[in-house]
Amino acid sequence: MDAIYWPSFFFLLFGGLACAFAVAVLLSSNIVRMAFYLVLSLAATAGLMFLAGAEFVGAMQLMIYVGGTLVLLIFGVMLTSQERFVEMHTWAGDWVKGFLAGGALLFVLIYAAFSIPAWRGIERATVEAIPAQKSVTPIAMGLLGARTDAPDRSGYLLPFEIVSVHLLVVLVGAAYLARAKRSRESKIV
Amino acid sequence: MINLPANPMLFANLLTEPVGVAHYVTVGAVLFVCGALCMATKRNALGVLMGIELVLNGANLNFIAFGSPYLRSDAHNLGLDGQLMALFVIVLAAAEAAVALAIALNFYNNHDSIDVDRAAQLRG
Repeated sequence: MDAIYWPSFFFLLFGGLACAFAVAVLLSSNIVRMAFYLVLSLAATAGLMFLAGAEFVGAMQLMIYVGGTLVLLIFGVMLTSQERFVEMHTWAGDWVKGFLAGGALLFVLIYAAFSIPAWRGIERATVEAIPAQKSVTPIAMGLLGARTDAPDRSGYLLPFEIVSVHLLVVLVGAAYLARAKRSRESKIV
Repeated sequence: MINLPANPMLFANLLTEPVGVAHYVTVGAVLFVCGALCMATKRNALGVLMGIELVLNGANLNFIAFGSPYLRSDAHNLGLDGQLMALFVIVLAAAEAAVALAIALNFYNNHDSIDVDRAAQLRG
């Protein structure tokens, strides 16, 4: 019996947490608990990214996704959580149809993933021989259009600019959409 | 017909051998299916949004897995492209959440409800 390979152990830990809390998000009918489970699931996913050697993306996942996007969602939950909307139960027929379709899809996906030999992992000695490499500088150079890791591949300067302008437009649009309308006749809430 | 090799060691050595792309894709598939079912079955609009976040996260995890040198070392590795695409997905998810939340709040202000079944018409 070989010694435990600790990255695999942590993969099982984080992967199990991510899957378990994703299922908890699905099964819970309380919106506040769903938000909390979602935070935990996404944080466990960040752990998986660290394990796969993508430490910058994992850190961004924690900072932008968990720290930004989900806080925004939780604000939405707080703003709309009247008592009759906190617990909204799904109809039983929806559950049955959903689990049938989802179970079939999950089975096909996992079956397909494990039926490809090259996807089942590489030897332990090979993995341990891979030198640790920092990914932040190559990512930054890739976003600036000058790839240092694979010079034959194209850079991402144009998508980077498009996505930054897109983010600006979206935030302005969201602020415009969500503004308080005073001209509307007063609604008593 | 693809058939799995009937290898009992496939899961037995999970703790002593490195995991591969397939294991990451499995976690991604679970996240995706949970998110898709959330989108389909939740009646709260914010629950639907959470389903979208789960789906995007499953996709992100797949990008990371296909780009990781520790999971697959042959020539078909995505390399750094996977991580760059994952960053774009994170940014787009943030933008999508902002707009969708603004729409949901607007709907809540106008209809005094967050039930998606009552949102058959989305007049402003």
